[in-house]
Amino acid sequence: MADSKLISKIPEGPLAEKWSKRKAEIRIVSPNNKRKLEVIVVGTGLGGASAAASLGELGYNVKIFCISDSPRRAHSIAAQGGINAAKNYQNDNDSIYRLFYDTIKGGDYRSREANVYRLAEVSAAIIDQCVAQGVPFAREYGGYLANRSFGGVQVSRTFYARGQTGQQLLLGAYAALNKEIAAGSVKSYPRHEMLDLVIINGEAKGIIARNLVTGEIERFGAHAVVLATGGYGNAYFLSTNAMNSNGSAAMQAYRKGAFFANPCFAQIHPTCIPVHGDQQCKLTLMSESLRNDGRIWVPNNMEDVLKLRKHEIKPSQIPEERRDYYLERRYPAFGNLVPRDVASRAAKERCDAGYGVNETGLAVFLDFADAIKRLGHQRVEERYGNLFQMYEKITSSSPWEEPMMIYPAIHYTMGGLWVDYDLQTTIPGLYAIGEANFSDHGGNRLGASALMQGLADGYFILPYTIGDYLSHKFAEPKTDTNAPEFAEAEKAVLDRIEKILAVKGTETVDSIHKKLGHIMWEYVGMARNEAGLKKAIEEIGELRKEFWKTVRVPGTNEEFNQELEKALRLVDFFDIGELMARDALNRKESCGGHFREEMQTEEGETKRDDENFMYVGAWEYKGEGVAPELHKEPLKYENIKIATRNYKD
Amino acid sequence: MEYNVKVWRQKNAKAKGHFETYHVTDVEEDASFLEMLDILNDQLIRKGVEPIAFDHDCREGICGACSLYVDGRAHGPDDQVTTCQLFMRHFKPGATITVEPWRSAAFPVIKDLVVDRQAFDKILQAGGFIAELSMDAAACVGCGACVATCKNGSAMLFVAARVSSLALLPQGKPEAARRARAMVAKMDELGFGNCTNTRACEMECPKHVTIDHIARLNREYLKARFSE
Repeated sequence: MADSKLISKIPEGPLAEKWSKRKAEIRIVSPNNKRKLEVIVVGTGLGGASAAASLGELGYNVKIFCISDSPRRAHSIAAQGGINAAKNYQNDNDSIYRLFYDTIKGGDYRSREANVYRLAEVSAAIIDQCVAQGVPFAREYGGYLANRSFGGVQVSRTFYARGQTGQQLLLGAYAALNKEIAAGSVKSYPRHEMLDLVIINGEAKGIIARNLVTGEIERFGAHAVVLATGGYGNAYFLSTNAMNSNGSAAMQAYRKGAFFANPCFAQIHPTCIPVHGDQQCKLTLMSESLRNDGRIWVPNNMEDVLKLRKHEIKPSQIPEERRDYYLERRYPAFGNLVPRDVASRAAKERCDAGYGVNETGLAVFLDFADAIKRLGHQRVEERYGNLFQMYEKITSSSPWEEPMMIYPAIHYTMGGLWVDYDLQTTIPGLYAIGEANFSDHGGNRLGASALMQGLADGYFILPYTIGDYLSHKFAEPKTDTNAPEFAEAEKAVLDRIEKILAVKGTETVDSIHKKLGHIMWEYVGMARNEAGLKKAIEEIGELRKEFWKTVRVPGTNEEFNQELEKALRLVDFFDIGELMARDALNRKESCGGHFREEMQTEEGETKRDDENFMYVGAWEYKGEGVAPELHKEPLKYENIKIATRNYKD
Repeated sequence: MEYNVKVWRQKNAKAKGHFETYHVTDVEEDASFLEMLDILNDQLIRKGVEPIAFDHDCREGICGACSLYVDGRAHGPDDQVTTCQLFMRHFKPGATITVEPWRSAAFPVIKDLVVDRQAFDKILQAGGFIAELSMDAAACVGCGACVATCKNGSAMLFVAARVSSLALLPQGKPEAARRARAMVAKMDELGFGNCTNTRACEMECPKHVTIDHIARLNREYLKARFSE
């Protein structure tokens, strides 16, 4: 039965008409009234920058906040491979339906049909918008836009700008944003970090933010608040996320009453540069696009494995018949282009069996020798030149001569704040877009779909749906930041900062964060089980206590203080980690990136339990030290036949 | 591995700065330069010394946040990399490494090695809205190494990257003249110097944006002036 607190507001009617129907129902705010309304957007990645630019252009008064020195630094910039759109430029029978179907299937049947269909529907417009902004997408000789393939898909629908697609899309959105900043419709607050959400009469009315240069705690009011603050993958300490990426804004919203959905769905990306030692703080992704032409393998015999580890032979010296191209072997239909979760688990399976090819035993090969032979040096250079250069800079080994070594790492979080069809959270006036919400990717996100979702939400969905809420608000005066709710939130923030500074222990923030990362990777990582998850919850609790006894944060609040910033984020990562483990414990099935060892087929593939778990698990905060309450939004599939994911034939 | 790190310390924008030398130990051979600074900071905090502030984020050479002047070169002694992609294997064990913030009047120091680069946002806000060759210019990460390296403190390469990238695309032509004039005017107003073709910027650019784009900017600018 549907939970009375989770009203998804999915429009009635045929799937293909739902979004048109909803758009027709949405009330529009007239231009003269838009001028009276204020919107806060937190985060300036693809979702936040495109939403803020669109809202500014529509005539709203927008305030944007980012933790970096410039909106352009947001982590969307690091996305490499591309952005999907159902344009069918390759005439390979692509369509809105096929993109929709691939996304639902790729997500292992744990996302909403209506949201995903809308995403596929608006995807084509994103490309047109970006071309108009001057995004230099790769083109064919005649000038037409080029495409490439990505995992989990049998058509070519991914648009790209070398290996820097995220950068170019973000620079496009940032340019649109700059235009609004120059026009005065958007006010930019760089080096500001949101530290609390302010609720007045049950509605989101503003935020408390810390000026990271001066340490000043500031109040900002608005008629609505949009969170575009990305994912929480850094709970694992080591991930492909940027160092400053964090889940704190989402956690603040959660503590103020926004439900948090499917926290256990985290994506582990199969092609990252392996960990080299315990001083590392960041893992580098090698784009999934490399799997278009690279072949993944390990030796099929222990003799070669041991020689490789001792550097007695080079990988290129191992002949074909002594290699195991295990993805091509296990999944003949998709081969090296299986979805990320499948490729990651397959790498883990080979390494657990002892075939890992580096000293740590945690690496497999990604080989371009065949591609270079087939395509020639120049074409490979054109496609992957900057990725090869990046790999060589980091590892001092050239992919032109020897295969890359890769291993899975935490990359993206599908879970996030629960939102309805309008992208509104369970708190009226609070919206969540992009990676910060949960809505489109189910248990596993397909490659090149994060950029698509960020821009779909920011350019084409939120600017419409938020109008429906704001159409009731234009008669209301500007939010008074002298209200007691602001004072209370500000005091809570100051108390938290003071409490952290007062510990004056012996341990650095990073050293404690690393411990959290170990717990998360060990028990809430690529393979999970009941005993391990219970242990994780217990150990995170212990570590949280250790933090409050032993952390050392030098300096004061009233200055530029990077250690304090990290400590405040770590406090929230404890809660996120615990919530992830709790959700993973509840979900006694394997689906997408969530693999419960108790639930697998004889061949080691995921085993879903549709009867008991075909729902969105949304958690409600019940207070400090109290177990959160689970609410269930049942998922209905009216247009897709539920099946076991099959990438074999 | 061990190193001596001679680093610029400055409490805030108004304070007077100075160099301090610290000894860092236990650095792994494969560590990156910023990981070496993480290790040093960990050791400093444990000794009760305030850690060194520096900007960094993606650590994969694309966000443009890191900004260090290492041994007299923007982004240090390797070609076509940002500081986060610089590795300790480029330094002799035991060496003394000098680390400074970007030095430019237009980029005031906020703290230690952190500078304020909002001037770049302001130039872009003055214009620059709206492919292979275009992509070469579009690769700019906005880190500011060109400014920090130039003896004139010129931002010509940064501005040229944006103007040239847009000039090479079919759309946005009606705005081209206004864009070139406004962005150059804003750059001058913010106190950046002019270009004397020393090509130091091109040498230090982590994304290898070349001064060909400055030539194109000059053409765009001249065209714009004549059409005024």
